[in-house]
Amino acid sequence: MHKVYHRIDNIAGNVVSIKADDVQYKELAEVVSRNGSSLAQVIKINGDDVALQVFAGARGVATDAQVRFLGKTMKVPFSDALLGRVFTGGRDPRDNGPALTENMIDIGGPSVNPAKRIIPRNMVRTGIPMIDVFNTLVESQKLPIFARAGEPYNQLLARIALQAEVDIIILCGMGLKHDDYLYFRDTLEESGALSRTVMFVHTASDPIVECILAPDVALAVAEQFALQDKRVLVLMTDMTNFADAMKEIAITMEQIPSNRGYPGDLYSQLASRYEKAVDFDTAGSITILAATTMPGDDVTHPVPDNTGYITEGQFYLRNGRIEPFGSLSRLKQQVNGDTREDHRTIMNTMIQLYANFKETLEKQSMGFRMSKWDSKLLKYGERFEKEMMDLTVNIPLEEALDLGWQILADCFEPMETGIHSKLIEDFWPNYAEQAKRS
Amino acid sequence: MKTNIGKIVGINGNMITVAFEDAIAQNEVGYAVAGDEKLMCEVVRIRGTLADMQVFEDTTGLRAGSDVEFSGDMLSVDLGPGLLTQIYDGLQNPLPRLAEMCGFFLKRGTYLPALLDDLKWEFTPKVKVGDTVTAGETLGTVPEGIFEHCIMVPFSCQGTYQVESIIKAGTYTIKETIATIKDESGNTRDVTMTQRWPVKVPIKCYTERLRPVDPLVTQVRIVDTFFPVARGGTFCVPGPFGAGKTVLQQITSRYANADIVIIAACGERAGEVVETLREFPELEDPRTGKSLMDRTVIICNTSSMPVAAREASVYTGITIAEYYRQMGLNVLLLADSTSRWAQALRETSGRLEEIPGEEAFPAYLESVIASFYERGGLVRLKNDKEGSVTIGGTVSPAGGNFDEPVTQGTLKVVGAFHGLSRERSDARRYPAIDPLESWTKYTSVVPREQVEAARSLLSEGTEIGQMMKVVGEEGTSIEDFVLYLKSEYLDSVYLQQDAFHDVDAATPADRQIHVFSTISQILFTDMDFGDQAEARRFFHQITQTSKDWNRTEMGSDDFTKTEKKLLDMISEVTKDA
Ligand SMILES: Nc1ncnc2c1ncn2[C@@H]1O[C@H](COP(=O)(O)OP(=O)(O)OP(=O)(O)O)[C@@H](O)[C@H]1O
Ligand SMILES: [Mg+2]
Repeated sequence: MHKVYHRIDNIAGNVVSIKADDVQYKELAEVVSRNGSSLAQVIKINGDDVALQVFAGARGVATDAQVRFLGKTMKVPFSDALLGRVFTGGRDPRDNGPALTENMIDIGGPSVNPAKRIIPRNMVRTGIPMIDVFNTLVESQKLPIFARAGEPYNQLLARIALQAEVDIIILCGMGLKHDDYLYFRDTLEESGALSRTVMFVHTASDPIVECILAPDVALAVAEQFALQDKRVLVLMTDMTNFADAMKEIAITMEQIPSNRGYPGDLYSQLASRYEKAVDFDTAGSITILAATTMPGDDVTHPVPDNTGYITEGQFYLRNGRIEPFGSLSRLKQQVNGDTREDHRTIMNTMIQLYANFKETLEKQSMGFRMSKWDSKLLKYGERFEKEMMDLTVNIPLEEALDLGWQILADCFEPMETGIHSKLIEDFWPNYAEQAKRS
Repeated sequence: MKTNIGKIVGINGNMITVAFEDAIAQNEVGYAVAGDEKLMCEVVRIRGTLADMQVFEDTTGLRAGSDVEFSGDMLSVDLGPGLLTQIYDGLQNPLPRLAEMCGFFLKRGTYLPALLDDLKWEFTPKVKVGDTVTAGETLGTVPEGIFEHCIMVPFSCQGTYQVESIIKAGTYTIKETIATIKDESGNTRDVTMTQRWPVKVPIKCYTERLRPVDPLVTQVRIVDTFFPVARGGTFCVPGPFGAGKTVLQQITSRYANADIVIIAACGERAGEVVETLREFPELEDPRTGKSLMDRTVIICNTSSMPVAAREASVYTGITIAEYYRQMGLNVLLLADSTSRWAQALRETSGRLEEIPGEEAFPAYLESVIASFYERGGLVRLKNDKEGSVTIGGTVSPAGGNFDEPVTQGTLKVVGAFHGLSRERSDARRYPAIDPLESWTKYTSVVPREQVEAARSLLSEGTEIGQMMKVVGEEGTSIEDFVLYLKSEYLDSVYLQQDAFHDVDAATPADRQIHVFSTISQILFTDMDFGDQAEARRFFHQITQTSKDWNRTEMGSDDFTKTEKKLLDMISEVTKDA
């Protein structure tokens, strides 16, 4: 039987401290006071002073609250019964379904032995040309969407989730607006994907500690599915809220901040979550797509900055479009050599010409003279933005490549694109006819 | 001897406070007992009867009152034949063998021997009974892949010793005694093929340190020609995320002209290490014809592995590097990224509640960085041979801003600075080393005057480029315009290099000397053009031709032909004298 303690010494922020002995680091306890009960976790031991972080927050916790240690650390149930269900960040049911208690697994487990990872090699098809053609997403990649608050990053996440060929979708909401949660739920339901989805949703009104738990819970479940040979896609939104929750807690714990109030271990904390992305030798995989909102639209803000140092590229979402500049899939070269022989060339050529178009725009705005070449570029840029960049465009990679050729052919002479002749002969629309005519 | 045991009295993250009675040492290793697991930890501070210890593992489940077993040793690594081709974590745990034992995940508290006990090595003695020897001198050798691995008198031996016995040529395991040596006061010591050495103590069994002068050719043109690194020198590569630090290190680890390369992946992505450890065994080392893995050791403590072991990983790397230097080899240590190690120091310092310096890094950050890079160097060994350790570290500054403690602390101590710029990487001008900001104290593979002339042309060209943004091409004189095109030409065909092209990826020194002198000649030819459009067209053409030239094998017909074509094109536009 576990001992019950009755006397709380200090309460600060979400942390209460008591005198107790023989407790384990990170052990769970139940804190019951007249205003309700909550789980709590040991976060510091100093002699017999034990500090506990109360998951539901310390609001209303009385000095005579009962604290009962549970002799175990934080776990989450794992089984197929999770599918189709919605839980809180603290893994309590958020739908009307039953609480699950069987097959409890650890959260925040050890990292994968690098010797058991393989080099990623499968493309994830999204139907979005800006991704499939220009910055191909790869199974097991970890990739954030950098966006200002207000950009449709959740819509983009939902869309990728629905179109990607994955076995399991796991949504991890952190500080998610309730409306956005409903949006995800309804969208997944309408398309019939709910039955292969598990949601762990912390909303903005839930206790802050659960915001920090949510990714660990979600990723622990993802890992188990991956070990069962499943291809898992984890959507995490919004990681900036996760980082802010850590900041809030660190400050109430009087930790010395390193950069704009964020704790010095921000990098390690973010990395230990993102690094759960994996392609297992002889088992499944975890792909992580995250939303990272940029306060003040500033990439050098500590959250996007640290994220960029961890992830395998990033998508910049600006004015509802994925920007071709700055966006980068660092794993794309692992897969885009084996899709279609013209893939890399179309990717490079179209981006190069789009960069030239941007320069022309700048020259135009400075009032410099427009040459014939400039007007070709202007025509091209407009079509590129409308037919490739617009997020409503939804076509498979091969069609997108064909469309690329069509746009090039409508705007330029073959040699102006700098594409080598072999490809031009094979792919330039009506090339043979044109050659005959001239 | 009775084991020295302390009791845990406090736990805060990976820091535990331990009450002890018998003497312990700063940096002594202990094992915290958690059920049936023993977690390695290291003393980082002692106050009275309390020691603060950083735990190299996750501390979940530790209790106040649990035992900590002190080992009496400082954090050490095993040195001996069999280190090459290994993949270790920061504490020298062999990861492939760990995977065989524990499966997909790392398992805390599991420590495997770094070197295999049952492997036999072909030993050839190099001393006879009665010979006098001192620490670091060779007793015999064993072949390790392509190298003669020296079995040396343990580095901890002080004074002179006499060889009492030496085993005859034959095959032995690393545990067998191969020699017995006797010190001046008659104490004997058995020597095996391995020894342990504390990672934070430099190995100094050499007669003197020499000034690094000879270039360590990396085959990256912008490095060897403009910002060279010397054998035994140090260099750093700071840059914002995605600017190409890791790719540059990967290229260097493949093509650099070093005998042995030690890759310390410190707090970065696991995926990048996987690329190296899956690809290297398949790649051929052009110098030896053997697999690249044969000259490589990988120390890998990636970002999600325990933070305290990150610090250990760079020290483990440098210690193994110094060990091979003792054999007269040229070793290159590449650490990616030293900022993650600095952050680990910051986390530890924060838990110790030390007074923080800038950006909460500890006040001693600079001296820690300095003493790490000091361990590099070119040395003269006791047998008069030379050996070297060259160190290259990446730095990941917050917000890509070099004005921060780790970059600044590093710049003070290194001999070359390869600063990567966001502008260049955004423009896909790889490798994105900024040719105007970077510097070196070492000597180039090409003549100095040529480099200096080219550098000033680059900076003038850049200035003209800036001006042109304001006044347009219309407002730029033809002379300035040509100068601008020349600097762009130099950038495209020489500074930039295609890391993924078979030939272009690596340019040997003799080729750099040849090509750079031709390009210099082009840069300083007076050219005559009717108008700007004509000049631009001409430079497009020679750029294309020079890029083709970069892609042909030196010495081939194509190489000679393309060069001739290029020079013919130039003579067409050369201004008559
Ligand atoms: N020399 C190069 N040639 C071609 N592409 C390159 C080169 N260097 C970098 N890149 C591109 O840039 C991407 C990022 O490079 P890299 O991983 O080396 O960046 P990094 O500076 O190490 O970033 P981080 O600090 O986030 O680790 C690569 O995946 C590759 O697409
Ligand atoms: Mg890197």
